[in-house]
Amino acid sequence: MSFSRREFLQVMGAAAVAGLVPGTLRASQHSANNPYDFAKFGNVSLMHYTDCHAQLNPIYFREPHINLGIADMFGNPPHLVGEYLLKHFGIPANSPEAYAFSYLNFVEAAEKYGRVGGFAHLKSLVDQLRAERPGALLLDGGDTWQGSATSLWTNAQDMVDAQIKLGVNVMTAHWEFTYGAERVQEIIENDLANVGLEFVAQNVRDTDFEDPVFPAYVIREINGHAIAIIGQAFPYTPIANPRYMIPEWSFGIRDMEMQERVNEARDEGAEVVIVLSHNGMDVDLKMASRVSGIDAIMGGHTHDGVPQPIHIKNPDGDHTMVINSGSNSKFLSVLDLDVQDGKVQDFRYKLLPVFSELLPADAEMTAYIQSVREPYEQQLNEQLAVTEATLYRRGNFNGTFDQVICDALMQELNAPIAFSPGFRWGVSVLPGQPITFDEVMTQTAITYGTVTRNELSGEQIKTILEDVADNLFNTDPYYQQGGDMVRVGGLNYSLDPTQRIGSRISEMELDGQPLDANKNYPVGGWASVAAPLEGKQIWEVVSDYLRDKKVIRDVEPNLPKLKGVENNPGIVL
Amino acid sequence: MKRREFLRKVGFAGVIAAAVSAGLSLPKRAWAAWNQQAFRSKTTSEALNQVHGSESMIDSDKIFMKAPDIAENGAVVPITIQADLPNVESISLLVDENPNPLAAHYQVGKGLRPYVSTRIKMGKTSAVHAVVKADGHLMKATKEIKVTIGGCGG
Repeated sequence: MSFSRREFLQVMGAAAVAGLVPGTLRASQHSANNPYDFAKFGNVSLMHYTDCHAQLNPIYFREPHINLGIADMFGNPPHLVGEYLLKHFGIPANSPEAYAFSYLNFVEAAEKYGRVGGFAHLKSLVDQLRAERPGALLLDGGDTWQGSATSLWTNAQDMVDAQIKLGVNVMTAHWEFTYGAERVQEIIENDLANVGLEFVAQNVRDTDFEDPVFPAYVIREINGHAIAIIGQAFPYTPIANPRYMIPEWSFGIRDMEMQERVNEARDEGAEVVIVLSHNGMDVDLKMASRVSGIDAIMGGHTHDGVPQPIHIKNPDGDHTMVINSGSNSKFLSVLDLDVQDGKVQDFRYKLLPVFSELLPADAEMTAYIQSVREPYEQQLNEQLAVTEATLYRRGNFNGTFDQVICDALMQELNAPIAFSPGFRWGVSVLPGQPITFDEVMTQTAITYGTVTRNELSGEQIKTILEDVADNLFNTDPYYQQGGDMVRVGGLNYSLDPTQRIGSRISEMELDGQPLDANKNYPVGGWASVAAPLEGKQIWEVVSDYLRDKKVIRDVEPNLPKLKGVENNPGIVL
Repeated sequence: MKRREFLRKVGFAGVIAAAVSAGLSLPKRAWAAWNQQAFRSKTTSEALNQVHGSESMIDSDKIFMKAPDIAENGAVVPITIQADLPNVESISLLVDENPNPLAAHYQVGKGLRPYVSTRIKMGKTSAVHAVVKADGHLMKATKEIKVTIGGCGG
């Protein structure tokens, strides 16, 4: 039973008293308690959301209880979970903000505070902030076109139209590229061009001459001030996703070129330089330390909802603010800047949770979302099974929803071992609720979802686990790809994130027996990036499994035995 | 118009590709002293001794190597080297973990700008060295380039 809006506001009022929510004391109790009612600051405002993964409707999204930081990242945001995170950012326990930013008391809080996000509620918030801040720009960090059944079935058209209705001004990209180069270009040249929505990415070049594929940046005027927005697409798209979909495009971090573009933009008169980034937060933090002249990086990819900016000193001695705005349309960043004498003098920042119980749904957007879903409604709403466990994905290792996917792969493909990718998207389902086909698609809807059954030797399995672990735990963020660890079914193993590649994985066992390096084992999987495959799709396999099971009881995620994580505030077990 | 589009539109892509592949075999014939032993060396140190008669060198911040942190395709890893040094005689590229570490060797003629851009093949993650001989001294810049199996991102 959700709180009424009045009850919700009362709780927010308590939080405001505790100094968390920016409610200045006003005459009206209603205003004082409303987290969306705060004074505008300065003369230039930017709004940012990222990694919404095509979630048009409000959803539940459980934040991770394992998000390990190692080496220089140990104990620093975003590698803080649960109480460590609340303490670091001064968030009161059991508050609505604690529900938004942490996994603590997830089920109880979800029932109390309700679903988060949704484009109709996001639209109301954006419109309100825009009315208070004339000229404010809305930035979309990418991963908008992928993550739902309707985005897959409409070839991203539902989300492109939703972005336009929301009023996005500038975007960059990652999963957008998995619709293929031709479709991306088609959308940019038609839909986006028609409304002046700019698609920017300084780090995408053609593979033969390294010529730029997209504009690197755009300079827009806000209240008489020139603001540059430089795009940074996900640097490892052709590695983490199928290269065959964008065979003529090369990516990479390219921070030297980023410095050149910053300098160019400044030479052209930009008073403020913002990087709209899909690097992932650790890469953003390192980039901020190596490139001068950026006022703020507004980032995404690693799905970190970080309540406050992190200030990083750059080579010329100035500071860059690094902001990361979470995922699933659960949050909206608001950055208010005071720009005087050609530079930023002061700022105010908030990462606002989008509480669907607290924000009105915009009528036009609601009608649009209904029209998108209407042709597919019956299929989307099919109740495949009921869950007695909380189902979620996010975290460094198997979530419970991943466990269901691995179990489905093992059963349906008759394989003793399953691998499922360490994606960070996918919504949560509360205990006692039906699992709909719609929700399965939030975990699986990709353009290369064919399942695979391969015979892999014990040695190959070890190589894969080591390779993925290094993408997650390399001590240098520039060598990380920003996904979580591959989800593993059937196989038990130990993992020490503090070791180097080749030495992190040990004690691999199947049914109590050590894995034989020279023996072949059938492994079920999906999302192969090597070449297009014909065959059954992962959502069909998972749906078949769920229809067969009818009820999902206790789900015990198959976590590796972890070593070297003592006292790490990025994990609570 | 981007160069790729230009080439495609005027139909030169095939011609250029043919010229490039023909050109690739030229140095072997043209370079009388083709150093087969150097290119067949199994270790970086052996290759350096074959090419330069020495493997002792110092790190230089005047050598700039532009290369990806993680290779998108190990079969064609783009690398650009520029040496801001006087009297550059040669530039060599070595990949420690390749079966034959010496990937390329350029002799830089007098008056030429010491700048090369090429693509090399890498079997696995390795340190890659740009070794520059200038004024009779050997200097290097090193970068680790990761070769990964991919997938599973974000």
